Amino acid sequence: MSLFPSIVSVTLIYSAMAVYAIALVAFTADLAKRAAPLAVVPSASRSTVAVGAAGSSSVDTAVRVQTEVQAHAVHPAGSSRAGRIAVALTALAWLIHLAGVVLRGISAQRVPWANMYEFSITSTLIIVGVFLLMQLRLNIRYLGTFVVGLMLVLLGVGAVGFYVDVIPLPPALQSAWLVIHVLVAMTATALFAVSFAVSALQIAQSRNVGGSRSLGATVRAKFSRLLKTVPDAETLDAMAYRIIIVGFILWTFTLMAGAIWANRAWGRYWGWDVKEVWTFIVWVIYAAYIHAKATRGWNGTRAAWLAIVGFGAVMFNFGVVNIFFKGLHSYSGL
Amino acid sequence: MPNSESPATAARSRPEGHIETPEPSTEQVTMPRLGPIGWARWGWRQLTSMRTALLLLLLLAVGAIPGSVLPQRTADPNGVIQYFKMNPVTAKVLDGFQAFDVYTSVWFSAIYLLLFVSLIGCVIPRTRHHWNALRQSPPHTPARLSRLPAYETHNVAAGEHASRSTLLAEAERLLRKSGYRVRRYDDPTTSGRSSSVSAEKGYLRETGNLIFHISLIGVLATILIGGSFQYTGQRVIVEGQAFVNTRAAYDSFSPGRLFTDGMLDPYSLTLDKFAVTYSQVGTKSMGMVTDYNATVTTARGSNKTQSTIKVNDPLSVGAETIYLLGNGYAPRITVRNAAGSVVFDDTIPFLPQDMNLTSLGVVKVPDGLPQQVGMIGFFYPTEAKQSNGQLASVHPDLVNPVLSLNVFTGDLGLDTGAPKSVYVLDTAKMTQVAGRGSPEKALRLTPGQTVQLPDGLGSVELANVKRFASFQVTHDPTQTWMFAFALLVLGGLATGLFVPRRRVWVRVTDDADDGWAIEYAGLARGDDPRLQSIVSNIAERHRIASIAATNREPQ
Ligand code: HEM
Repeated sequence: MSLFPSIVSVTLIYSAMAVYAIALVAFTADLAKRAAPLAVVPSASRSTVAVGAAGSSSVDTAVRVQTEVQAHAVHPAGSSRAGRIAVALTALAWLIHLAGVVLRGISAQRVPWANMYEFSITSTLIIVGVFLLMQLRLNIRYLGTFVVGLMLVLLGVGAVGFYVDVIPLPPALQSAWLVIHVLVAMTATALFAVSFAVSALQIAQSRNVGGSRSLGATVRAKFSRLLKTVPDAETLDAMAYRIIIVGFILWTFTLMAGAIWANRAWGRYWGWDVKEVWTFIVWVIYAAYIHAKATRGWNGTRAAWLAIVGFGAVMFNFGVVNIFFKGLHSYSGL
Repeated sequence: MPNSESPATAARSRPEGHIETPEPSTEQVTMPRLGPIGWARWGWRQLTSMRTALLLLLLLAVGAIPGSVLPQRTADPNGVIQYFKMNPVTAKVLDGFQAFDVYTSVWFSAIYLLLFVSLIGCVIPRTRHHWNALRQSPPHTPARLSRLPAYETHNVAAGEHASRSTLLAEAERLLRKSGYRVRRYDDPTTSGRSSSVSAEKGYLRETGNLIFHISLIGVLATILIGGSFQYTGQRVIVEGQAFVNTRAAYDSFSPGRLFTDGMLDPYSLTLDKFAVTYSQVGTKSMGMVTDYNATVTTARGSNKTQSTIKVNDPLSVGAETIYLLGNGYAPRITVRNAAGSVVFDDTIPFLPQDMNLTSLGVVKVPDGLPQQVGMIGFFYPTEAKQSNGQLASVHPDLVNPVLSLNVFTGDLGLDTGAPKSVYVLDTAKMTQVAGRGSPEKALRLTPGQTVQLPDGLGSVELANVKRFASFQVTHDPTQTWMFAFALLVLGGLATGLFVPRRRVWVRVTDDADDGWAIEYAGLARGDDPRLQSIVSNIAERHRIASIAATNREPQ
C-alpha cells in the first residue's frame, strides 16, 4: 500500500470538487436565464408546425411525437451557453473525480468502497455518472443545479467528515460480496438521488399550476417562467418512475445480496440490525411508491412525495450505517 | 394511464382502486343497506384494494422504525438492560408496547400479516383472471382507433396492392413474427367494408408481476414455517479444548418448535489453533486485525478431519454450518489455599469489552478456602497506563499481558438454586478485600506470576493465557427455498416492470375509389414512451411487406 497514489487521490477529489463547484455556478446561471423574461417562445410554434405537418407519412408521425416530447426540453433557455458550459464542466470534474476514485482503489489494492469515505466518493461518482449518462439521451440540464448541488454536499461531507487513510479490510469485509453488494447499492442510491431531483421538480411544477401563494409576486413570476422551461409534471412523473423502477430492482438485489452475505459472515440472513432495518424500510417505501403510481388518487404529487421520503430514508440509512459501524467494531473485535 | 380493457374486465383483473379500474360512481359511494354477507364482502374488497395495500406498506415502513431506534432484545439484550437502568419509567411504558421486541410484537405482526392476507386476496383473483386471459384471443378491435394514444392512417390507392385480404394477411404475419398474438375480426358495423387484425403482446408482464407477489408470499411462508425446523447454538471453545455437539454443551441454544435432541449430529469439534494476523504496515493500520483463522478438527467416531473456519468462510458439517463469530482471551487461573494445595484450576474465557480486547471475567472459588472467594478480573493483552491513571489495553495482541483482579469474600450465592451466569459475580453478600474502594490494591499478575490473596487466604497464579473462539452452529433447512423464492422475486419483478404490454390494431377499410384506408393504432399498459414509434414502425414494415406480397402474387 503505497502512500503516493493515496495522496494524489485526495488531491484529485478536492480538485474535482472545485470544478463541480464552478459547474454548479454555471448551472445556476442557466436557471437564472430561464427565469428571466423571454420575448418569444419558439418552441411552441415549432411543435405546432410539426403537428400541422404530420400527415399520413409514418416518418412525419414519428417526428411529431418526438417533437412533442421534447417541446419543453428544447426551449432555447435549455441550450443556453451557461447550460452547455455547466455540462462540460461537470463532465470534466467527473473525469477528475473518476481518476481520484481509481487511484484510491489502486492505493488500497481493492475496490474503493469499503468505508464511509470511500463509499461517499464512489457513490457520488456514480450519481454524476448516471446524470451525465441521462444527459446524453435527454436534455436534463435543468436538473444540474439540484443533482450537482446535492452531490457536492455529499462529497464534501464525505471527504471532510469521513476521511480515513487507507487501512486493510477487516475480516468481516473480506468477501466477494463487498464488490457486488455495495456496488449495486451505490448504483441504486445514485438512481434514487436523481429521481429525488426529478420528483422534487415535479412537485414544484404541479404546485406552480395552482400558483404558490407563499412567495412574492416577482419571485413567483420568475419561478413560473423557470418552470415553463422544464418538462411538465406529467413528463417528470413518468421520468421519475422509470428511474425508480430500475433503482428498485437494484435495491431488491442489494437487500438479497446483503442477506446472503450476512448469512455467510454472521450465520443468519436477517437479524433486524439497524442497517438491515433501514434497507428494508427504503425497500418498502419504494414499493409503496410503485403501488401509489397505480392507485387512484395517489399517483402524481402524492407518489412524488413518497419518492422524496424514500430518498430521505436512503440518506438516513447512510448516516446510521456510519454510526452503527462504530458500534459494531467497538463491541466485538471481529 | 389509459384503460386498455372494457371497464368490466379491468375491474376483474385489477384490485379495487387500481388506476385502471373505472372511477367509482356516486351511487356506490352512498352505501346501500348491506346484510352481514354484504358487509363481509365489502370489507374483503376494502382489504384487498390497492389503497389498503399502499396504506399497509406505509404502516410497515413506519412500524419498522422504532426497532432501529430502541435496542432490541434479540439483537442487543445488554442495550435493553442499559435502557431500563437509564430510563426506568419510559422503559416500562415502552415495554408495554413491545417496543423492545418490535419485530415479534403483536402490532408489527398484525401489520405484515394483514398485508399478506391482502396480498393473497389480491393475487388469487388476478391469477385466475390472467390464466383465462392467457387462453383468450386478443379483444375486439375498438370502433374508433383514432382515439387511441398512438394512431396513424395511410391511404392506399387502388391497384397499388392486391386485395384487402393480402393486406390483412401481411399485417397478421408481421405481427405474429414480432411476438404478438393475433386475431382477425370482420367489423360488423361497417357492413363488410372493413376488417381488422387485433394483436396483443406482453402477457409476460402480468405473469412476472404475479410471480413476484406470489414469491413474496413464499418468502414469508418459508420464514414462518422454516423457523420450526431451524436450530442454532453458541459455544465458546478455548484453544486445545473440544466440544461435543449435544444440547447441554452449548452456552446458549435456540431450537425451533420441531427440534428434538436427537436431531443433533454427535460429532466433536476441537479448536486446534486460533491464529490472528495483524497488519504490519502503515501508521494508522498498524496492529489492525487482517485475519482470523480457526483450525479445527471434527471427529465422528474414528473419522477425523481437519479444516479451517474463517469469518466469511463457515464450515459445513453434515446438515449443520459452523460460523466463527467472536474471539478473546482465556487466562488459566490457579488458586491455592494457605497450605499450598490447589483449590481451583481453570481456563476461564474473558469477554472482550473493546477493540483492543480489554476483557472482563469472573472467578468463583466456592470451596477449599476459609471463606467463599469471588474475583472480578480485567485482562489487558497489552497493558498501558492512561493519562487518568486507569489501566487499558492499547493493542489486541499479547504484547504486555496483565491480569488485574478485584477480590471479594463472603457468600457467592450459589446455593439459592437460581441459575447464575458464569460471567456475573453477585456481590450483594460479599465484602471487597482487594481493588478500588477497599484497603488493598487490586491484584496484578503477569503470565507465570503468583501473588498472595489478602488476609492470608492463599495465593493466585496466572499460569498462561490462551485464545478462545466463539462459534455458532446452525441448522437451516430453508435456505434452498429462500434462495429459490428470492430468485423468483427478482425475476418476476424485472419481468413485471420491464416487459411492455401492448396492443396493436390494423384495420383495412375499402374507400370510395376502390383503394383502402389502413389504420394503425396502439395502446399500452402503463406508461410506454416508445408506443408511437412502434406503431409507426409496424406501419412502415407493413407497407413494404404488402408491396412485396403484391409483387409476388400473379397479376
Ligand atoms: C407484501 C406486500 C407487497 C409488496 C412488497 C408489493 C410490491 C409491488 C411491486 C414492487 C410492484 C411492481 C412490480 C411489478 O409490477 O412486477 C407491485 C405491483 C403491483 N402490486 Fe404489489 N406489493 C405488495 C402487495 C400487494 C397487494 C396486497 C396488492 C393488492 C391490492 C398488490 C397489487 C399490485 C398490483 C395490482 C400491481 C401492479 C401495479 C401496476 O399496474 O403497475 N400488491 N407490487
